[in-house]
Amino acid sequence: MLSRAPRDLTMAETVRGPGGARVDLLQVSEMVEPGSRVLDVGCGDGELLRLLEARGVDGRGIELSREGVNECVAKGLAVVQGDADTDLASYPDDAFDYVILSQTLQATRRPRDVIEHMLRIGRHAIVSFPNFGHWRIRLQLLFYGRMPRTANLPETWYDTPNIHFCTIKDFNDMCALVGARMERAVALDPWGTALKIDAPWWFWNLFGEQAVFLLSRKP
Amino acid sequence: MSTTPAKAETKKAETKLPVLVREADHPRSQLAVFDHRKPLQLDCGVAFSPFQIAYQTYGSLDAEKSNAVLICHALTGDQHVANVHPVTGKGGWWDIMVGPGRPIDTDRYFVICSNVVGGCMGTSGPSSTNPLTGEPYGLDFPVITIKDMVRAQTMLLDHLGIDSLFAVVGGSMGGMQVLEWCSSYPERVFSALPIATATRHSAQNIAFHEVGRQAVMADPEWRNGRYFVEGTSPRRGLSVARMGAHITYLSDTALHRKFGRRFQDRENPTFSFEADFEVESYLRHQGSTFVERFDANSYLYLTRAMDYFDLAADHGGVLAKAFKGTRTRFCVISFTSDWLFPTSESRAVVHALNAGGARVSFAEIETDKGHDAFLLDEPELLGIVRGFLDSAGRARGIVR
Repeated sequence: MLSRAPRDLTMAETVRGPGGARVDLLQVSEMVEPGSRVLDVGCGDGELLRLLEARGVDGRGIELSREGVNECVAKGLAVVQGDADTDLASYPDDAFDYVILSQTLQATRRPRDVIEHMLRIGRHAIVSFPNFGHWRIRLQLLFYGRMPRTANLPETWYDTPNIHFCTIKDFNDMCALVGARMERAVALDPWGTALKIDAPWWFWNLFGEQAVFLLSRKP
Repeated sequence: MSTTPAKAETKKAETKLPVLVREADHPRSQLAVFDHRKPLQLDCGVAFSPFQIAYQTYGSLDAEKSNAVLICHALTGDQHVANVHPVTGKGGWWDIMVGPGRPIDTDRYFVICSNVVGGCMGTSGPSSTNPLTGEPYGLDFPVITIKDMVRAQTMLLDHLGIDSLFAVVGGSMGGMQVLEWCSSYPERVFSALPIATATRHSAQNIAFHEVGRQAVMADPEWRNGRYFVEGTSPRRGLSVARMGAHITYLSDTALHRKFGRRFQDRENPTFSFEADFEVESYLRHQGSTFVERFDANSYLYLTRAMDYFDLAADHGGVLAKAFKGTRTRFCVISFTSDWLFPTSESRAVVHALNAGGARVSFAEIETDKGHDAFLLDEPELLGIVRGFLDSAGRARGIVR
């Protein structure tokens, strides 16, 4: 059974799967090869790092919020206080097998630079983000003429940390622009279930509430 | 200055041997003595011997010798980290952090803390007796560096038969030693906690130290460092140095919250230079208690050692090279209101460690208590240190 769990650092309400883990994080963690080296950018309270640890992954994290970092470090996770926009530059090329950005892309100042750094630092990048092309969001703007607010994105326009929303199609375009190869993509419905794998992009873009992409550098 | 040796002898006989000289030569601590066969090789080129290291230990070393934690003390600290201080009678300077059930748990770890070389609590320093003259070294003591302090600590560990440390922990000047350990002896450090520190002393910090040193040296009783021999004491100079330095350990907010503009035991200003304000009275107290337990020449030597510290310069100007290939687990901690060792300094350490692919945690703790926060009851600090050590202990197999 899926249930709505209390607020985490980026989203007010999040769908959780059996065992209480966020479904998008479960999707992300399944994309990671066991035993690999991972950097989780915007790791929040360390939930994903914990999931990955259980898979024998050597995980590191970056988190902007002081509370998140201190909670992680007190749990013994290797997390540093830092900013995806400025601190990725200090990491060397190919330092990790995977660099993960879960539900943080839309809060960065320069999303394209962040993705490019991720592809430089890691052999793979995994990005999950809320899809602004979801039909409910489209309908809210169309019918009410106001900035959409949903269970996953509850903040008003003036206090949201999310400054760079995109749709699945938009993200696709940017991946092509930065020369990223798409290895896997999954769109999730509001209940966290993966949409049909062979559905066309327009379908995902309309019915996917969030998306998870596994990218790698084009050789 | 014109005191003849004979006169000095009489004076020395008249005054009771100062407690600091006694503590320097015969400390109430465990002692490791190294003779001429094992000199301490100093950065200034001197092979120093004989010399001794005074240290305290807490807890017990496990059979594999894998649970040793070295605590490096700060500028005015000493080895009495978690026991009653033999000179002041007060509790240990890090009682809150070190002890049974504390974050650095002496039920689990074998904790070692040694007085730094150049200090005044029993490890060789300027107040120790020079065997060649029978008088305290004073300025004849060689100038030492952070690296020298660490080198001395490695000799202590060899003496104790400990190859590898589970953790090296320290704040401020202690944090500098931690970083030096990780750079010079990475294979001997499993995990490291540099707190409220930096890889180099900033121009501002050197400037503050210089003011402190000038205050000591301007005291006519300093006598070019020969005050013990001449039976004087540069109390006022050292006290002023301490007062100035103490301000840098706090923050504007903390000072204001603690004292505001309140008067000390009076309703109105006295229109004099008495300590009208509480903050003045507090600083004077800090100064006068400090001189009871600290040697003025040690203050000169240790501030100098901090000034000289520049880890990047030792590695061709590239800090990342100082930690290249390190396998040590790091936990770097800074405090928001620390303007002496601001977060930017810690962040530079973290970036250098990231560049080397090190396993590093970095937390900035929100507090208005300034640099001194690392010594205080900061629940987040205690939680982070405990969590980090627990996790490192599991990785090392000493915590189940």
